[in-house]
Amino acid sequence: MTREPRFDRTGRWVGASVPRREDPRLLAGRGRFVDDIALPRMLHAQFVRSTIAHGRIVAVDLGEVRAVPGVVAAFTAADLALGDITALLDRPPHEFVPTAMPVLALEKVRYVGEPVAIVVATDPYAAEDGVEAAVVEYEDLDPVVTDTAALADGAPLVHAEAPRNTLVDVSLFATEGIDDVFAQAPCVVRVRTKTGRQNALPLETRGVVAAWDDRDEQLHVQTNTQVPHQVRTVLAGCVGLHEKQVRVTVPDMGGGFGQKCVVGREEIATAAAALRLRRPVKWIEDRRDALTAAFLAREQRYDVRAAFDAEGRILGLDADVVCDMGAYSCYPFTAGIEPLMASAEMPSVYQVPAYRVRGRAVTTNKAPTAPYRGVSRPQYVMVVERLMERAARELGIDPVEIRRRNLITVFPYTGVNRITYDPGSYRESLDLCEQVLHDEGWYDVRARAVREGRVIGIGYSCFSERTGYGSGAFAQRKMQVVPGFDISEIRMDVSGTVSVTTGTMSHGQSHETTMAQIVADRLGLDIARIKIVQGDTDRITYGWGSFASRSITIGGSAVAAASGKLGEQLREIAAHLLDADVDATELDGDGGVRLRDDPARRLSFAELADVAYLRAHLLPKGIGPGLTASASFDVAGDGTFSNATHGVVVELDPGTGGVQILRYVCVEDCGVAIHPQVVEGQCRGGIAQGIAGALFEQVTYDDAGQPLAPSLMEYKVPTAAEIPDVAIHHLETPCAFTANGAKGAGEGGTIGAPAAVLNAVNDALRDTGVELDDTPIARETVHRALESALENAHV
Amino acid sequence: MKPAAFTYHRARSVSGAVGLLAELGDDAKVIAGGQSLVAMMNFRLARPEHLIDIARIPGLDTIVREGDALRVGALVTHHAVETADLGPDFRVLSEAMRWVGHLPIRTRGTVGGSIAHADATAEWCLLAVLLDARIVVEGPAGRRSIPAEEFFQGVFTTALEPDELIVEVEFPRPAPRATLTEFAERQGDFAIVAAAVDPDAPRVVLGGVAQVPLRVPAAEAVLAAGVAVAEVGEAAAAAIDVRDEPGASAHYRRALTRTLVTRACEEARTR
Ligand SMILES: Cc1cc2nc3c(=O)[nH]c(=O)nc-3n(C[C@H](O)[C@H](O)[C@H](O)COP(=O)(O)OP(=O)(O)OC[C@H]3O[C@@H](n4cnc5c(N)ncnc54)[C@H](O)[C@@H]3O)c2cc1C
Repeated sequence: MTREPRFDRTGRWVGASVPRREDPRLLAGRGRFVDDIALPRMLHAQFVRSTIAHGRIVAVDLGEVRAVPGVVAAFTAADLALGDITALLDRPPHEFVPTAMPVLALEKVRYVGEPVAIVVATDPYAAEDGVEAAVVEYEDLDPVVTDTAALADGAPLVHAEAPRNTLVDVSLFATEGIDDVFAQAPCVVRVRTKTGRQNALPLETRGVVAAWDDRDEQLHVQTNTQVPHQVRTVLAGCVGLHEKQVRVTVPDMGGGFGQKCVVGREEIATAAAALRLRRPVKWIEDRRDALTAAFLAREQRYDVRAAFDAEGRILGLDADVVCDMGAYSCYPFTAGIEPLMASAEMPSVYQVPAYRVRGRAVTTNKAPTAPYRGVSRPQYVMVVERLMERAARELGIDPVEIRRRNLITVFPYTGVNRITYDPGSYRESLDLCEQVLHDEGWYDVRARAVREGRVIGIGYSCFSERTGYGSGAFAQRKMQVVPGFDISEIRMDVSGTVSVTTGTMSHGQSHETTMAQIVADRLGLDIARIKIVQGDTDRITYGWGSFASRSITIGGSAVAAASGKLGEQLREIAAHLLDADVDATELDGDGGVRLRDDPARRLSFAELADVAYLRAHLLPKGIGPGLTASASFDVAGDGTFSNATHGVVVELDPGTGGVQILRYVCVEDCGVAIHPQVVEGQCRGGIAQGIAGALFEQVTYDDAGQPLAPSLMEYKVPTAAEIPDVAIHHLETPCAFTANGAKGAGEGGTIGAPAAVLNAVNDALRDTGVELDDTPIARETVHRALESALENAHV
Repeated sequence: MKPAAFTYHRARSVSGAVGLLAELGDDAKVIAGGQSLVAMMNFRLARPEHLIDIARIPGLDTIVREGDALRVGALVTHHAVETADLGPDFRVLSEAMRWVGHLPIRTRGTVGGSIAHADATAEWCLLAVLLDARIVVEGPAGRRSIPAEEFFQGVFTTALEPDELIVEVEFPRPAPRATLTEFAERQGDFAIVAAAVDPDAPRVVLGGVAQVPLRVPAAEAVLAAGVAVAEVGEAAAAAIDVRDEPGASAHYRRALTRTLVTRACEEARTR
C-alpha cells in the first residue's frame, strides 16, 4: 500500500532503482578493499596492547620483539614521538574537560586493548609473534568499570584532569516552572533504563596501508575511513608533515556505521611507522581487536520522568542522561557526542511544552566510543516511547491514540529545544502502520493468543531522524572543528563525459549510483557517462565525509549545484555556436543542448566539449577554455527530519524466555528517495542493528575491566536466522531545501527498532506486572517474568 | 588472531597418522575439519608444534549400515549426515545436525572431531551417549572400542590417549523415536541447554548442565513409566546439580531442562 509520490519529478533518474554502479565489481568479488592492496616490499603491523584496564606503564621492553624472526622494527610511543589526538568543544571547564588521546600509550594505559607499541614484520604471523615477545611492566591502578563507579565519591580517576571522571556535564534546557508542572500533573510516569554497550561491527574491520612516495614527496595512506580529510589533518599534525605531503585515499569499504568516522590511533601509528621505515606498512584489525579495542558506543543510563494531563497530553519531560564514553574523547566529535545528541533532541516527535535535561559523559577504563548509527537516538526514542506506553496504561488510553494526541502535526514546528522541525508525516506514518497491522490480522492474533496459551505482543515506535546537520547545527553543539557543508567539483572531458567529486564517503551506501543519478538529471546525461570521485584528498578540495545521514542531503545538493553550473556553461557555449540567446536554449535530457523552439538544432555535449578543449578559439568572448564548475552547499537551519513508525509483533516462549519477531512493519518517510531500493537496504540494515541492540548484542567486562566478549561467540551479533523480513511502506514529504527534496535515510532503522521491539515485548508481558526497560533484553529475564505470572495465576 | 608457527603433516593412512602421533608426542595435534581447533589456534589457546592433517585419509568418510548398527566414519561431516538418508532408525542423527553451527561449519566439521573435542553441549556428544555409541579408536597397540559414557570424562577431556585416533563411531541399535532439541539465543550457537531422549531405551541425556553430556537415570525411570511427559521434564530438572553462572542462573538452566526434556518427549511420542 505505497502512496503515490507527491513530488514533481522532471528527470528520469532520480526515483528509479537503477542497477547499482558498484554491483558488477562487488558482486563478482572484484572490489578493492584495504586488505586487497599489496605493495612491493610491504610490511605488516600488529600492536602490543594493554592487558590491564588501568595502570601506569613502568617499562616497555621490545628487545625480544626485535629478535623474533621476521620482525623488522618495533616502536613505542617514545620511539615515534607523535603528537596527541585531541578533540575539543568550545565550552567552559565545568561543562567540558579536554583530554588528549596519545597515538600510543605513553605513561598510562586506560583500557584493555589500548595500543602500547607497534610491531612491524615481513608477514602478519611474524608480527603477532613479535607482539607476544613484548614485555610491558605495569603498576596496577584500580579500574573504573561502570558509570556508577565512575561517579562514586572517591573513585579512582581515569584522567587526572577530569574530576568525578566527568568529561561533559551540560544542562542545555530547563523550562521555567517545570517543577510546578510535575507537581500539579495528574499523571507522572518514569523510566529508568540502562542500555548495553555495543560495537558497530562493520563486516570489514578497520585497516590501513601507508607508504612514503619519494617521487610525490608524499605519505600515501589508503585507509577505510568515513572521513578522509579529517584523517589527513590529524595525521599531518601527529607526524609533523604539511598537509600537502599527506594523501589519504579510500578504497571500497565494507561498512563503517560511525566506527570509522573518527580518527583511529592505529591508522596514525601505522602511517608513522611507514614514514619512519620508508617502506609500505599494512595493518588489518583482527576480529578480536575489533571487538575489544575498536570504538564502541551506546552504553547509557537514563532517568526520565514525563508529566501528562488527564487526556494523555504530555506536559513536561525531565531527564538525566549519563553516557559511559570509555577511556577517551574521539576526534573530531569528543565525548560530548552522545550526551549532547540526547539532550538536544529528546523531545522527539512530540509537542513537549516543558523540558529539563542534564547530560553527562563519564570516562571509564573501557575502549573509547565513537558515534554509532543513530547516536543516542535509539536510546532516547526508546525511553520516550516507553514513557508514552506507560502513560497510556496508567491513563487507560490506547497506546497508539496517546501518541496521536502528542505528535507534532503542524509544520514548521519549533520545539521547546529550540529546534525547528520541517514538514513530515508523523501522524500519517503512525496511522498507516497501525492500519497495516490491523489489516494483516495481527490484532486478532494477539487477541486469540491468550486463549491459545500463546504470549504475543504488539509494539510501536514513532520517531524522527534529523539529517543534514549543517555547520550551524554542529556549531550549536560548540564543536571546535565544525562539520557541515560539502563542496563538489565537476569536470567534463573532451568526449563529453563527466567526473564529479563529492566530499562525502560511501562506505557501502551506493553513492556512486545515487550521486550519479542526481548529476544525470541535472545535466540530462546517462549515468553511464558520469563518474563519481570520492575518497581522495588530492582530488577533492575538502570534505567532511559521511556520517549523520548527511551524504544525499548535503553532498547530493552540492553535486546538484555544481552540475547545474556546468549545465549553464554548456548552454552559453551552445547559444553562441547556434547563434541564439542563452534563454532560448535548454538541456535536452539526452546529453545535448538544443533550441527550445527549434529542437532539431542541437549540439551534443561531445561537440561542445570539443570546442571547449580542442578548438577554444571558437568559444564566446568571456568564456575561458575547459569545462569545470564548483559549488558548495550548507544547511542554514536545523536540518531536515526524516520520520517513521515501526510496528512489531513478538511472541514470547514461556518455556525458555525465547523472543521471536513474528512481523516487522516500517512506514518511513525520507522525502524523495533517490533510489528506493537503496533506501530499503538502509532501512533493513538499520533495523537489524536496532534489533541487535534490543535483543542480542552487548560488550561486557568483568570487575577488573577485562572484556568478556572477545569473539563473535560471546558478542551475539544476530544472523539472518534471527532477523525477520521487514515490510517497508513509503511516504514522501519532500524536503524544501535540499536538491531533489531528499532527506537522509541512513540511521532511521536503527533508531526506531529498539523502542518498537521493547514495547512489543512489554505488551506481551502486559498481564505479568513486569516491565522491562533495559537492553539487551535477557531471555532469562523474560522467562522469569512469565514464570512468576504463571505461579501467581495458580495461587 | 594468527596461529603460532607449526609444521604441517599430511597423513595418508590411519596407521601413518598413529605413527606420526607416537613419534611427535605431545607437541602434535590431529586436524580434521578444523572448525574447533583452528579457532583455538588463532587465539593461541592451542599451539601445537605439529599438525597432522587426517582429512584425506581414505575410508574414514563412509556411513555404513550393518545389521542393527550404523557405523559412521570419523571424517564424515555434519552436513553429510544431515543430507544422508539414514531411514527411520537413525533419523535423529540427520535431524539433530541442523543445531550444529551454520551450514559452512557443517560442511567441514566432522563427527570424529566433535567427539574428540568433547564439548559438553555438542550434539554429537549427546547423541553418542543417547544411543549407547561406541567410539572406535586406533593407537600403536591397535584398535579398541570405548562406550560413549566412559569416553567423556570432563571438560574437553576424554578417554582418548594422545597417540590414538578416532576412526569410527558405532551406533549399535536403531532409535526410531529418539529426538533432540535445545535452546540458544541465536540459531547455530552452542546450546545453553540441550536435551535428547529415546523412549525405547529409555534414555534422557542433557547438554549444558554438567561437564559431560549427562544421563539422567531419575528421568529415564519416569520416561519408562509412560506417564505424562511433563513429569519427565520435572524429574530431569529436579535431578541436575547446576550453579549460577554469568549468562544463566541455576534456576534458568533447570527451567530450560524442564521445558526441553518435556518438548523432546512430546516430539518422541508423535513417532
Ligand atoms: C561458529 C561455530 C559454531 C559451532 N557450533 C557448534 C554447535 O552448535 N554444536 C557443535 O557440536 N559444534 C559446533 N561447532 C564446532 C564444530 O561442530 C566442529 O566441527 C567440531 O566441534 C570439531 O570437528 P572438526 O572436524 O572441525 O575438528 P577439528 O577442529 O579439526 O579438531 C577438533 C579437536 O578434535 C581433534 N580431532 C579431530 N579429529 C580427530 C580424530 N579423528 N581423532 C582424534 N582426535 C581428533 C583435534 O585434534 C582437535 O583437538 C561450531 C563451530 C563454529 C566455528
